[in-house]
Amino acid sequence: MNWIGLAGSGFVILSAILMASLAFLRRKSTPVFREIPAFDRLQKAIGLAVEEGSRLHISLGRAGLTTPQCAAELAGLEMLRRVAELTSASDRPPVATSGDGAVAILSQVALQASDQAVLSTGYDVTAARLTGLTPFSYAAGTLPVMHDEEVSANLLMGNFDIEVALLTAAADRSSPAGREGSVSLAASDNLPAQAIIYASAQDPLIGEELFAAGAYIKARPFHSASLIVQDILRWLVVIAILAGAILKLAGLL
Amino acid sequence: MKLKGLFSTAIAMATGLIVLVGYFIGAPVLVNLRITILNWVIILAAVAVFIGLFNLLAVHADKIRNKKKGGFFSLMLVLFMLITLLLGLWLRPDHPAMSLIFNAVQLPVETSLMAMLVVTLTYASIRLLHRRYNLFSVIFLATALLILLGSAPLPFIGSVPILSDMIRPFIAQVLAAAGARGILIGVALGALTTGLRVLFGAERPYGGSNPPSGGK
Repeated sequence: MNWIGLAGSGFVILSAILMASLAFLRRKSTPVFREIPAFDRLQKAIGLAVEEGSRLHISLGRAGLTTPQCAAELAGLEMLRRVAELTSASDRPPVATSGDGAVAILSQVALQASDQAVLSTGYDVTAARLTGLTPFSYAAGTLPVMHDEEVSANLLMGNFDIEVALLTAAADRSSPAGREGSVSLAASDNLPAQAIIYASAQDPLIGEELFAAGAYIKARPFHSASLIVQDILRWLVVIAILAGAILKLAGLL
Repeated sequence: MKLKGLFSTAIAMATGLIVLVGYFIGAPVLVNLRITILNWVIILAAVAVFIGLFNLLAVHADKIRNKKKGGFFSLMLVLFMLITLLLGLWLRPDHPAMSLIFNAVQLPVETSLMAMLVVTLTYASIRLLHRRYNLFSVIFLATALLILLGSAPLPFIGSVPILSDMIRPFIAQVLAAAGARGILIGVALGALTTGLRVLFGAERPYGGSNPPSGGK
């Protein structure tokens, strides 16, 4: 194993040990997170959607599970599952759209699991959809869902590229800012998409906030532990960058 | 049902660990096992695409059957999807007719949608201050305008002095690149912890009930 492999495996093992220990130590305590207003609005929107009988739309992006961007899809799927659990009492389940076959199947699984949790038998097989396999066919296939299915809140959580501009514009029309219970929350792991989301979404999430979304909706010990681990690792990276820069300036590296 | 959940969790954790360990440790047994698992995943992903197409068909067939809004477009979609599929199976994907379908239909439609982005993004930028009137939005817009002005030469003048050769490169190559790197490091750390949650079985996108909630 070369030194990069050694450092990489060390980093992963350290993260795993930290996460497992923190999850065990904090299993009974109430997690405290820094405030992100978008998630407070989302909690209210979920409650209102159940009362009104309107739908929530979760767009999971178009990356496949065999690509490096699959972590964003997993974060979106976790969000879908949480939202589906919270809205399981509603007459209208959330609708999920994705641009990859495997993610579409997993979104079916997530919706089905939440349906079984409340022993309902009314699971709608068209609630999780594959809308297109290329960036723009995915966007074009998702737009009618936002416009025609009485959607009150749109959550765009996953891997998007520049086509996200079309989705945020449509989300803005189907759930306009200012209307009660209306939320248009968007996050991506892709940098150009993040710039577009910042300019065009009502509630943009930047950077790693995408991966924290599940914890804000319904926290489990491993979620709060993983957020603390992220903070610890970020400090380690900052120290490593500073140390590297100082050593380089001193001519020792 | 519980047993099924445990079984799928055990398989997911075991395969995830084998692939991860095989990536870092170059032992031939682990590397071969990792490559075999990844090959299976690629085959399964291809099958999933096919299942996804059936899902697409089911959604639009439901729209046509129940005479929902946009039913005519669903009919067109189903019709042309089946025609393209049959042509592809009959002529093979490398046939000139298949290339023609792609180049004459798919490509122009996607290009038109991409062109629409210019309008959408310009409108979004105009509305940004209406949506969120704060210092960061002002900086965002000012930076975007400086980069645009610095990138596009003005008629009769050419490139704008100082802006094109000093300010734009400084913003793009120093400030933006540094910020982008910071965001990417954050995203990478988020991806790492998400992967670990799946490996620990704390997140189960493949089914089965999740572990109990914490305090919140």
